[in-house]
This record gives sequence, structure tokens and C-alpha cells, in this order.
Amino acid sequence: MEKVAEYLKIERAQEWRGELRKSMKAKERTSRERVDMLERDPDIRNKNIDEVNLGLTEELALLEAQRCLDCPNPTCISGCPVGINIPKFIKKIDAHDFLGAAVVLKETNALPAVCGRVCPQEKQCENNCFYTISLKKPAVAIGHLERFAADFERDSGKVAIPVVAESNGIKVAVIGSGPAGLSAAGDLRKLGYDVTVFEALHEIGGVLKYGIPEFRLPNEIVDVEINVMRDMGVKFVTNFIVGKTASVEDLKAQGFEAFFIGSGAGLPRFMNIPGENFNGIFSSNEYLTRVNLMNAANPEYDTPVLSGKNVAVIGGGNTAMDSVRTAKRLGAERAMIIYRRSEEEMPARLEEVKHAKEEGIEFMTLHNPVEYFADENGRVNRVRIQKMELGEPDASGRRRPYPISDSEFEIDVDTVVVSVGVSPNPIIPSSIPDLKMTDWGTIVVDKETMQSSIPGLFAGGDIVRGGATVILAMGDGRKAAAGMHKYLQEKVKK
Amino acid sequence: MNKIVEKEFFSENVAKLVIEAPEIAVSRKPGHFVIIRIDEKGERIPLTIASSDSEKGTITLVIQKVGVTSAKMLALETGDFIRDVVGPLGEATHIEKIGTVLCAGGGVGVAPLLPIVEGFKKAGNRVITVLAARSKDLVILEEQMREFSDEVIIMTDDGSYGTKGLVTHGMEEVINREKVNLSVVIGPAIMMKFAALTTKKYNIKTYASLNTIMVDGTGMCGACRITVGGKTKFVCVDGPEFDAHEVDFDQMMSRLGAYKEQEMEAYENYLKTVE
Ligand SMILES: Cc1cc2nc3c(=O)[nH]c(=O)nc-3n(C[C@H](O)[C@H](O)[C@H](O)COP(=O)(O)OP(=O)(O)OC[C@H]3O[C@@H](n4cnc5c(N)ncnc54)[C@H](O)[C@@H]3O)c2cc1C
Ligand code: SF4
Ligand code: FES
Repeated sequence: MEKVAEYLKIERAQEWRGELRKSMKAKERTSRERVDMLERDPDIRNKNIDEVNLGLTEELALLEAQRCLDCPNPTCISGCPVGINIPKFIKKIDAHDFLGAAVVLKETNALPAVCGRVCPQEKQCENNCFYTISLKKPAVAIGHLERFAADFERDSGKVAIPVVAESNGIKVAVIGSGPAGLSAAGDLRKLGYDVTVFEALHEIGGVLKYGIPEFRLPNEIVDVEINVMRDMGVKFVTNFIVGKTASVEDLKAQGFEAFFIGSGAGLPRFMNIPGENFNGIFSSNEYLTRVNLMNAANPEYDTPVLSGKNVAVIGGGNTAMDSVRTAKRLGAERAMIIYRRSEEEMPARLEEVKHAKEEGIEFMTLHNPVEYFADENGRVNRVRIQKMELGEPDASGRRRPYPISDSEFEIDVDTVVVSVGVSPNPIIPSSIPDLKMTDWGTIVVDKETMQSSIPGLFAGGDIVRGGATVILAMGDGRKAAAGMHKYLQEKVKK
Repeated sequence: MNKIVEKEFFSENVAKLVIEAPEIAVSRKPGHFVIIRIDEKGERIPLTIASSDSEKGTITLVIQKVGVTSAKMLALETGDFIRDVVGPLGEATHIEKIGTVLCAGGGVGVAPLLPIVEGFKKAGNRVITVLAARSKDLVILEEQMREFSDEVIIMTDDGSYGTKGLVTHGMEEVINREKVNLSVVIGPAIMMKFAALTTKKYNIKTYASLNTIMVDGTGMCGACRITVGGKTKFVCVDGPEFDAHEVDFDQMMSRLGAYKEQEMEAYENYLKTVE
């Protein structure tokens, strides 16, 4: 930790940073309004899949970068799960060195264009910004600036291919190609390992591809990053389920010497209430996979999806927001969120809730479904819901919801998307007999090295944390890559 | 990309495809299935592995034309490629020496039944197989079934081959004649439902292999879910075989029809493009 503080201090003391700080009075910086991201019109965007956010112009980015005070004690960094040198990248923007800003981001974050779009900044860096904490003003728009720098680099066509150490010929396997797997693979390759990523689906990217919709994270953005990794020499094998197509033991026999498991939390939860298996009721994973991965909304593709008139989405997380906004885009007249707590407890990113509202999504907070009914063809046609109230905080720190008696009523729905959370994917764990697991089905790892109970087997991301975030998954991937490096170097020495 | 190395029609609408898939050929066991996607725009559908050859690195699938994807599959020729093949998926059949096993297959369910018949025979059981079809030309894999069965009973709806009658008649004939320790039924949901009702009368433990709608096949989506013994199960990871007396077949039939309208429309459009 001390080393980091020291490094930040040295970086901050550089001449160019000092000059920038002097170039404008702090008063002037703090008197500025936070800039807004450009967005597509809600009434137009809710009918297509174009990306909602349009980014910052150079002009807006410069204005926003000037707001940053380049604090001597940059508290924002402590809110970032991968410890991006935030003031440094922002000051690079301030100095008009946009490519340089992207380089700073990539020191610690392999996918800044993704994180700039999907990180819950209001709970992380921006929540710890000096503006938020001390000035009680809107934080520096760190997320918008991150996205700006990453997009600038991509659009410039000058995406830097990271330097790869000379190949050491040691084969390592990465299982799962979500953010955890991708970041582990990138780091291991940089260290010179012969890296193969095994992915169960036919596409690389994990949730970034099958879950998060195009209007929030265009596939193209993810593909650029994946192609950079291909150029670095990372090998990708799709349609390969480790534990089914071949076991970890089989792969060991093929010469793989260490493994990173980033298989995610792919198992959808249902509520187990009566009628939940009627037609027209989906898990959010199924609904989003049909639309995002299989292109079901495009008539040229064979996969069907049911596009309802009255769509209810159960839940209050990002997945719920993505599902309900997708339903609207598929033509729903009424698309609503049914969530058992109040808006304040919603785990979704603030921006998604705001965007959903602008797009005409109805919010039924403090409501919970108790039973579904169907027509003679078995298609859901009504849901009975009950009203809820909040009590004391529970283990998650959020206030626990209680049903209000005699408050039940029914509404018409023809499509329901259940988005009440996911559990870790059990395929890998159940294929490795001695792997130590928690009661929740997550893999137990050492927090520093990310090594599991089996030497040479590392894990990170949602398979270790349960449903978490992109940035935490990436941070785990990096840590694990370092842990694997250490493990393999010691093994080689022996 | 997986290459088709052999194709053979069993009847007008049913064909066998032998596909290169070396890893799957090595790891698969009876009861396993694969998910395939024909091309970039294709859907993902499950197909049971009928047999495999680990030396040649191939698996055999038997496909019946029922909709767009199966029609496209049957239009492929030897030498063509299938874009994605992933597996083996599901839990393998629990094969043991138990005594007499009554296997019943209807329609294209006969194909996934074949490796199970083979497995039980090789484990030292007496295996009696009932094959049911609408008419003589729809009876498939008879020869292969005879190779691994102590007896094969053929039932046709129209009496054009074997005995005229339903699969359940053939099953009851056997049950009334000798002690049956276990039954395995695979076929259309309605056939499995009545086969299960039949064996339930006689208290014979019965497994059914369910062919629900699937997307990923790895437990990620829940498209394949079904109620078994009052609990929701995912067919792709908890199955595909379940205690047939506990399966809610009516729900299964309803869920299989979830996309009926879209499927019919897509099929009509497809026919137009081929004509
Ligand atoms: C709809 C949706 C919206 C979200 N929105 C946000 C957001 O805005 N911000 C945010 O920070 N987080 C968000 N999240 C959460 C975030 O996406 C996850 O926390 C993150 O993707 C986890 O990364 P991962 O690499 O651990 O797993 P995943 O991204 O789940 O990737 C795991 C991969 O492993 C593959 N796999 C599984 N088993 C095997 C096997 N046996 N062999 C080979 N491959 C296997 C899977 O197919 C998958 O591709 C969202 C999640 C969803 C579902
Ligand atoms: S805390 Fe806010 S103002 Fe200070 S360096 Fe970080 S982003 Fe800039
Ligand atoms: S097919 Fe998706 S969970 Fe079974």
C-alpha cells in the first residue's frame, strides 16, 4: 500500500502535472457544472438498439477534466476496485494528451471502454471524489472521462497492442471468456505464457456479449478488445465446456500447467411461486440471450422470442433494467419493473434507472409477485402481486421487505422476465471432486493469489463472488494472473 | 466448424448425419446430447448422440424434419460444415445390471434410445425393445436395435408392419408375460406420458428422456425447465432423463408449443425460399 502512495506522489510531482494545476484556480474549477453525457432522444432510442449514450465531445471532456483538482490525497482511487490512477488519466485529458490518458487507464484496467460504460461509478470512484465527500457537489464525471479516453483511442485506429514478453512455452488454460477470463488471459500472455481461453458458448465475451444489451454496450467495443488479445497471441476455443467436452485432468494431460476458472454465475434463480413455468415467463438470462446472443429480434435469424404487449420484469438490478428496456424495444406497450423494495435499495446503476424512466418504463416498487395465471394455451396472462413495506436492514445491509396483508391484486401481463439473481455455474466445480466450495456454490480462493484449494487451479469473478460486477471480475483476473505467474515460476525452478 | 462425413436417409423425413467432433466422440456416454447451430443465423437446438466412434473422432446424430432447423440439417450434404457443435451435455444414463429392461421408442426417439439399449445389453441385462411408428416406412434403426436387444417388438398405427397398435400395447404385452425390472421410454411427449402411465400401473421404475426447448444447454437460461415431482428442474443439466412417473408431461407439451406460431411462420417462409 505504501509503495502505491509513494508512486502516486512521485507521479503527481511531475512537472507537467504541477503546471496544469497552476494553470487554473481551484475556485474556478469547482465553480463549474458537471457536464452531461450526450444521449439519444428517449422516444426514438426506445424503439431501436442503438447505443443510448453518445459520449463526450472533446470540448466537453476538456471542460470536465479541468474540474478535477488533482488532489494531493486522491480519495477517488480508493473507490476504484482496480486502483486506476484517476487524477493522472484525467490530467492527461486536461493536457490534450488523449492517447496518453488511455495508456494510463490500461496500466490497471484491460477494458476501459467497457468499464467506462458499465461500472457503477456513483458507488465507486465518484462516490469517493473530493467533490462528493467534501464539497457536496456532483463528482467529477470519472466514468464519462474514462469512456472518452478509451473511445478516442479506439476511434483513432491507434489501439496499442501491449508488449508481450518472449514466449516461455508454458501452457496455461483460462476457462470462461467473461471479463475475469479476458483480463487473466491478457496479463498471462503479457508475461509470455502460451494462453488458451476455453469458452462454452459460440461467442467470446461472457455476460458482456450475451447479457448486457447492445444499447448499453455495443458488441463491437468488446470485439475490438478481443481482437487486440488475438493479436497478442491469445488463443480462443469456443464451444468447449471444460468439465464436459474435456476435464481439467484431460487438459493437464495435454500439457496445461495452470488453470484460471472464470466461469461466472450463470445459473438463473426463480422464485418458485405457482405458475412460474407457464409459457411467456423467462429468466432474464434466457430473454437477454435470445435477443443479444441469438439476435432473436432480427427476422433474418432463426431464434424466436416472445414480444409481449404487457411485460413485467421482476427485480431491481442491472439485469432487470436491461430486460425491461429490451422489452420496450421489442414493442411492449407497457413495460414495468416489479421490485419488492423501494427505489433507493435498487442495486442497478443510477444511470440505468434514469434511462429506463425516460424511456417510459413503469416502476412498481414495493410490490412482489405471488402467483401467475395462464390462458388455455398455457401462456401467462395475469400475475397476482402483493404490496410490501420495509423493515430493518438485513444481512445485505438493505432494508428487508415484508408483505402487507390483504394487499394482493392482479394485473394483466403476457410476458414476464424473472430477474431475481443468479447462482454460480456448477459444471466446473462438480467436475473437480476435491475443489473446496462455499455453501453458496462459489469457489473458495486465497484472497491474495486467487488460488483455490487445489494448487495450480485459480479462480475469480462471479464464480468466486456470486453475481458481482465487471470491474471486480477483471480485478480478480489480474490478481490471479499474478498469482499464477508466481506459482509457475516457482514450479519451473524446482 | 464440424464437418459432415456421412449422411444416410432412413426415410423421407429422417436421416442420420455422421459429424466430426473428436473431443465429444471421446467423452460422450449413452444419454448425452449436443447443441448445434447450423450457421451464423441459426438457432441452437439439442440433438441426442445416437452413437460415436472415438477412433474416427465422429458422432452420429439422427434428425427428423420437424421445423426450419431440422429441415436445414437434412438439406446439408456430406462435406458440408455445421457451424457450432458443443457437448457432450446432460447427465449420462445410469446403466447397471438390473435384470430385464423394457425399452420403448417412438418416432425419432428411437435414435437416442439406441445407445441406451446397447449400454444395458452390454451391462448384461435382458433387453426387450418396443419400437413404435405411424407406418412401416417410418420404422428406423430396426437392424441396429436387433443387434443389442433380446427381442424387438414393432408396433405401427396402421398395421403396415409388426403389430397394429400403440407403443403401450406392445409394452403391456411384455409386462403381462414376464417380470420387468426397469423401463426406459423416449419419444414424443404424449407417447412418454402414456408409456409412463402404463408402467406406473405395474409399479415398474421408468425413465423418460425429455427433449425440451433449449438455448445454451449448460444451465444458464432455464428455457428447458420442467416440473418433476413438484420441483422445477433444468433438463439440460439435471436431465435429460428423469423418473417418468414424476414428470409433468402436460406442462412439457405446453412448453414445447411456446413458439408454435413463430415456428410455423418461419417454416412456411423457409419452404418458400427452397422452392
Ligand atoms: C444483464 C446483465 C447486466 C449486467 N450489468 C452490469 C453492469 O452494468 N455493470 C457491472 O459492473 N456488472 C454488470 N453485470 C454483472 C457482470 O456482467 C458480471 O459480474 C461479470 O460479467 C462477471 O464476469 P465473469 O468473467 O466472472 O463471468 P461471465 O461474464 O459470466 O463469463 C463467464 C463465461 O464462462 C463461460 N463458462 C462457464 N462455464 C464454462 C465451462 N465449464 N467451460 C468453458 N466456459 C465456461 C460462460 O459461458 C461465460 O461466457 C451484469 C450482468 C448481467 C447478467
Ligand atoms: S477525488 Fe475527484 S477531484 Fe480529486 S483527484 Fe479524484 S477525481 Fe479529481
Ligand atoms: S437450455 Fe438453458 S438452462 Fe437448459
